[in-house]
Amino acid sequence: MTAAVQTRAATDRVRRRRTRRRNLRRHWQLYVLLILPVAYFVTFQYVPMANNVIAFKDYNVVQGIWGSPWTGFDHFERFFANPVAWDLIRNTLVLSLYGFLAGFPIPIILALALNEVRLKFFKRTVQMVTYAPHFISTVIVVSMLILIFSPRIGFMADVLGFFGMNANLLADPDSFRHVYVWSDVWQTAGYSAIIFMAALAGIDPSLYEAARLDGASRLRKIWHVDLPGIAPTVVVVMILSVGSVMAIGFEKAFLLQNPLNLSTSEIIATYTYKIGLLNADFSLATAVGLFNSVINLILLLAVNTVSKRVTGNGLW
Amino acid sequence: MTLTTATRTESRPEPEPKARKPKRRRSAQVQDTPVDRVFMVGVYVLLSTFLLVVLVPLLNIVASSLSSPAAVSGGRVFLWPVDFTLIGYEAVLGNEAILTGFGNSVFYAVVGTVVSVTMTVMIAYPLSRSELVGRRIFIGGVLFTMLFSGGLIPTYMVVRALGLLDTRWALILPAAIGAWQVLIAMTFFRSSIPGELYEAAQLDGASDLRFLWSVVLPLSKPLLAVIALMYGIGQWNSYFSALIYLRSEELYPLQLVLRDILVVNNSGGSNLADQLAAKQMADLMKFSLIVVSTVPVLLVYPFVARHFTKGVMLGSVKG
Repeated sequence: MTAAVQTRAATDRVRRRRTRRRNLRRHWQLYVLLILPVAYFVTFQYVPMANNVIAFKDYNVVQGIWGSPWTGFDHFERFFANPVAWDLIRNTLVLSLYGFLAGFPIPIILALALNEVRLKFFKRTVQMVTYAPHFISTVIVVSMLILIFSPRIGFMADVLGFFGMNANLLADPDSFRHVYVWSDVWQTAGYSAIIFMAALAGIDPSLYEAARLDGASRLRKIWHVDLPGIAPTVVVVMILSVGSVMAIGFEKAFLLQNPLNLSTSEIIATYTYKIGLLNADFSLATAVGLFNSVINLILLLAVNTVSKRVTGNGLW
Repeated sequence: MTLTTATRTESRPEPEPKARKPKRRRSAQVQDTPVDRVFMVGVYVLLSTFLLVVLVPLLNIVASSLSSPAAVSGGRVFLWPVDFTLIGYEAVLGNEAILTGFGNSVFYAVVGTVVSVTMTVMIAYPLSRSELVGRRIFIGGVLFTMLFSGGLIPTYMVVRALGLLDTRWALILPAAIGAWQVLIAMTFFRSSIPGELYEAAQLDGASDLRFLWSVVLPLSKPLLAVIALMYGIGQWNSYFSALIYLRSEELYPLQLVLRDILVVNNSGGSNLADQLAAKQMADLMKFSLIVVSTVPVLLVYPFVARHFTKGVMLGSVKG
């Protein structure tokens, strides 16, 4: 697509320059529409990006962002010199990789299974019910976890007790990750399957016809028609999820935290909040946040490049 | 490609699937070997298990919310209410903080959605027009915010500098436009508004705004529904911006009130804690509270499920 645009741009360049002024006059209303949204993006997206300079400064309110003295990489060094830093990075990485490994294949399996079902009523029921948790807020999901796993009133505590497991999961640092990841799967798996269902619906029906004539079993049909058919979608979703590996959400980890499970539940995002807003150390918090965003961006670009080379599919 | 198939399945008239059914069944009969039948049993077992795993916690919450305080505190409720009563709901609806939070959340959801949808159309429509000079730069600028964000503290500093801290606008303005929604809207405008319509409108001397208002928007009702629901539910469910930007309790959205009651729970001597003093009643109230705060989302859920599916598919078309 880029190539086509470029050649067209080349041939039309001269004419374009002449028509550009006319275009501005004729379509001025389009530009007027853009004013407010552009102001939004500048104010709430790009100015914050620029504010990241305070990661390299000793920010104080009196001198402001640009007046505060430069410190170079002091804040980053201060962060990495703190033994907590490596715990935070490990917690963040383990939590998100575990979440990816558990959360990525399940929606695909669900979509493939749902695609086989011919009983319309059953299919619809499964879809309606499993989409629902996606729309429940994080606060509510965490409250449900707290109540359901409560040793005193929750039914899951009885279930766990039956299997001889420690019933008080939320107070146990070893269980924090399992609770976090599997409740995420509970909440998002059904909804995440939609995109694969859509991809399955887009597969050319003649391929199924051919598979049927060849006497392919259902499993072979899934392997040779369904999976190749949804492969591009799978790759795009995979890149997006790997790219957000470090961007693991603040909201849920923060809500699930308690003094007992802090050794595994403290992640970079929650730490940034605490040192930034509770301890008011703006520069250090910004440095930690910036480190996180940059790693994230690098991961995304790397996965996209590798995927483009290996599978020919990428985000752009 | 996904889009065209999606719209085709959506707009397919009812009689057609019925007409196709017998054919499908016959082909299934020809196809299914014993191995296939075992496989299908596996598929149904898998999906039923998943259905139950999702459903049981939800039913447990609803059943508990309708039970007596003693039964809830004793952990005696599973999937059916024990000693059916509505006092949990009465207590929740009689709590002032919860009602204030509920009202605030309605305000944030309604105003936030109106602002967000308007702003999203204002940027997505010009970006969908090839005539726009610098279109690629603008789109790049939007997409980049999906890859890299300013971060918590730098954004907080902007909100503080604008004097928005502890005002209602702090929950609405910083979240006004989502890059994802812009992408969905842009893709929709480009793929679903036929170019002929624009040419015709131009011949009639309609301006760009006129065309947007009288032709594009009426044709984009499904899109508007999708993004409005996305923004609305996003606002209703969010607590984080309220946590960092708000200090006054009378501005708190419901989710933050819920967090104080349900998660933090040890909010000292505030009047909330007083009201939840009776322990058994407090346990019951938590369940009722979960149901009450999820009801508005569940009310729109039938629309949501249908339109969100469409929205996901719109988004899956690369822009």
